[in-house]
Amino acid sequence: MSDLTNPGAAAQSTASNDRQSYFDELVTTATTTLQGDEVLLANLAGEATDFIRLNNNDVRQAGSVDQRKLSVDLIEGKRHVGGTINLTGDLSMDDARVTALLGQLRDQRRLVPEDPYLLYNTEPTSTDTVKTGDIPTPDEALADIRSAGDGKDLVGIYASGDTFHGFANSLGQRNWFQSSTFNLDWCFYLEADKAAKNIYAGFDWNDDAFARKVDWSSQQLTALARDPKVLSPGDYRTYLAPRAMEEVMSLLSYYGAFGRRAHETKQTPFLKMLAGDATLSPQVSISENTAGGVAPNFESSGFIRPDAVPLVVAGELSNTLVSPRSAQEYGVPTNGAHGGEYPESMEIAPGTIPTDDVAATLGTGLFVGNLWYTNFSDMSACRTTGMTRFATFWMDDGEIVAPVSVLRFDDTAFNMLGDRLEGLTDDAEVLIDPSTYVERSTASARLPGALLSDMRFVL
Amino acid sequence: MTDLLSAPLLDTAPIAERLRTALPTDVEYASARLFDERSEHLRVRQNHLEPISNEFDTGVMISIWDGGGLGYAATADLSATGLARAVDRARHWALVTAGHMVGGSNEGAAAIAPPPHHPTGTYNSPVEVSWDSMPLDDRLELLHQQSRLLGVDDRIVDWAAGLTRRSVDTVLVTAGKDGQCGEVQQRFEFVYPGMRATANEGTNTQTRTFGANAFCGQGGAEVLGRFGFGDAASRVADEALELLSAPNCPDGVMDILLAPDQMVLQIHESIGHPLELDRILGDERNYAGTSFVTPDMFGSFRYGSELLNVTFDPTVPGQLASYGFDDDGSPATKQHLIENGVLQRGLGGAVSQQRSGLDGVSNSRAASWNRPPIDRMANLNVEPGDSTVEELIASIDDGVYMHTNNSWSIDDSRNKFQFNCEYGQRIENGEIVGTVRNPGYRGISRNFWTNLTGVADANSFTVMGTPNCGKGELNQMIGTGHASPACKFSDIEVFGGES
Repeated sequence: MSDLTNPGAAAQSTASNDRQSYFDELVTTATTTLQGDEVLLANLAGEATDFIRLNNNDVRQAGSVDQRKLSVDLIEGKRHVGGTINLTGDLSMDDARVTALLGQLRDQRRLVPEDPYLLYNTEPTSTDTVKTGDIPTPDEALADIRSAGDGKDLVGIYASGDTFHGFANSLGQRNWFQSSTFNLDWCFYLEADKAAKNIYAGFDWNDDAFARKVDWSSQQLTALARDPKVLSPGDYRTYLAPRAMEEVMSLLSYYGAFGRRAHETKQTPFLKMLAGDATLSPQVSISENTAGGVAPNFESSGFIRPDAVPLVVAGELSNTLVSPRSAQEYGVPTNGAHGGEYPESMEIAPGTIPTDDVAATLGTGLFVGNLWYTNFSDMSACRTTGMTRFATFWMDDGEIVAPVSVLRFDDTAFNMLGDRLEGLTDDAEVLIDPSTYVERSTASARLPGALLSDMRFVL
Repeated sequence: MTDLLSAPLLDTAPIAERLRTALPTDVEYASARLFDERSEHLRVRQNHLEPISNEFDTGVMISIWDGGGLGYAATADLSATGLARAVDRARHWALVTAGHMVGGSNEGAAAIAPPPHHPTGTYNSPVEVSWDSMPLDDRLELLHQQSRLLGVDDRIVDWAAGLTRRSVDTVLVTAGKDGQCGEVQQRFEFVYPGMRATANEGTNTQTRTFGANAFCGQGGAEVLGRFGFGDAASRVADEALELLSAPNCPDGVMDILLAPDQMVLQIHESIGHPLELDRILGDERNYAGTSFVTPDMFGSFRYGSELLNVTFDPTVPGQLASYGFDDDGSPATKQHLIENGVLQRGLGGAVSQQRSGLDGVSNSRAASWNRPPIDRMANLNVEPGDSTVEELIASIDDGVYMHTNNSWSIDDSRNKFQFNCEYGQRIENGEIVGTVRNPGYRGISRNFWTNLTGVADANSFTVMGTPNCGKGELNQMIGTGHASPACKFSDIEVFGGES
């Protein structure tokens, strides 16, 4: 550990209860400015993040980001307009900016028609979740990471600190969700496209757990050093590790596999399932497991999410994720989904293949650690494409023969998760989303690996 | 009427002075980069106005180079106290990272040297017709008109038209212990029109869009006319319906003609990203990927046929990623990246040029105030040739004319790609003989561009952009510009959808 003392952005910024009180006070003051029957919905998204970007085990960029974004929806009857500002942390200044914003929204609202799909929670249900963690100071983390990467080509990103989300409305509802986490997303690179990818993330940094991750990656590097094998296009028996499964499932999710609006407007990749022309394997059961994830359990209109929503049960479609707008548009109850209607805490139920015996069960074929850049080649048919990446090995009789140069797959999910699915592993891995677009993600997934009798590779 | 959208949230003159006052003068180099964005998002879906959204995003990134270290701190607290706190934080990071920066050595030399100068200058997006001269109710009525034209048939199951306007003011202030200082002020006006129509019959769903978000640019209300936004809805809807009954695109090796709104994607993925010097230097290997291009290729590698000429040009008036200075303060200039098919230089800003020893361009860009600059594409354009589109069609015996990207996938070294388009036209014996659905093609960047056998002239040259290029750790989404005429490629692997 470094002997430099530095508490980090998370500790330097406002403490949890101060942030929460600040948000409460801001909305309470704004509520006093409302006119007539106006209703105010307010959402806060913020973070105090320290980040260290590394290349070749040295620092490329390092710094801190402190941001709080306030989004409001100003409603009168069925008319409403929304706006978003950054908070400065100075209450008098932020009060003035919120007042100015509400004034503009009030002016705009006179020009908009009634919104038939407006729906917000009118039965206040307040919640409060604060998940504390034991994360090293960024100086300590930098020293630990560089020590682990000593003599290796380590490249990646470390981000840590608090993320927090709040909901409040003028009806008195208050919700708060805050967690203190770290996420080290890194590779040990061997050469070209050969690398051992790993992620160490959580609430409490544990030196032993980190050491085990580093050891696993070091062992993969040894295997990657063998002469690579170039495979011709064709169908291969394949094992998709949980991270590879995540790439496929993220694609399906993002493009409406489980969203009500996508189902109603026939834009879901599960269109053939809707029509009764296809099913997934009976081994596949998928749910939105909010209780098991790390995302807030409330959405931006104040609805509280259920602990779990079954989406696919034994290969058949079950529920969809329904946002408040879709609930109004299609006359069904909302289950607290956000506007994108894709899972934030997806879980696929584990299967029966002993995780420790995956190599032996695969026997001869491809072991795919990661997939990359998935997209659709024919969305109506749920036909997907993408690349293998990082550690992908050719296995023979359960033993690693050689790393495999990158391959492009092009196959339907109805094959991969349907009649060609031999089984799922008995352990579902918790995968924390390392994404940091705009702000650090609070999404996660809990996924098993999948053994496929055949998978189609085309390039 | 209170209107926060029509003016910067902050008066740039006082804030520049406040930033300058906040910067330390006892370090080698310090900068404060203010980013003040105001945006409006309007969308009419199925003839209903969706909730209007107004966004105001303002903050500052402090950067400090000192003693061989570099530290960043981003804050939305622009008070003197808030800025001082951010300066302290950035200063601490510079101390912590000293001697550990990539490319350097513990023996001494700083890997990432401070910028060599203190830039001064201004830039303003060219605006012919102020966006604010078009009142909100007129903007909404325009969208309602388009929506009504899109939803003309029961088989159109979803449709929408939208407009996004962004106004961004940036101020870059620099200082250092050399006693010098700099100041760059830039004002950007962006307009992003969009529309889509989705048609369905049974298990066949087809979507046609208004250029898949590529029809965007800098300027005011004139951007709408530049792309014919007010005249496109009926065509978009008709073509979505047409695709329902069209046959699948055939499989096979044949010629393809790519319309400008597909060339956007082809240029972006298989020329732009591979030429980014930070990829070549390995910064992106854990996320966005590496590159098949290696440093020894610059100056000699045949990237494409003799017909291929590609420029980096942030000076094109009205293109999405035009600017006067990049976010490190390097002045924007036009450079040839590929000349007559031969690779000349990469896409790397001052830091990457210093680290690699390669020639680059002024493309160090940050998505917002809360992210540090990295190498990004700006405007990356394929220069026009001398054939008409009609001549290119006539030269194809067996092929497909593909329009508007709807799917993209490429490996992490930007080599093996597979792209799909919304709308295809079958070409046989030099003539378009019908429409095909689900057109796609795949190839390998390293040799794909050598199969470039025709470049259309300036009549089809279209100046467009990509609003959402993702890259970087921390992740950053930023707009890039691309301009191209229609281009013909020979002997390409083409495929259609499932039957």
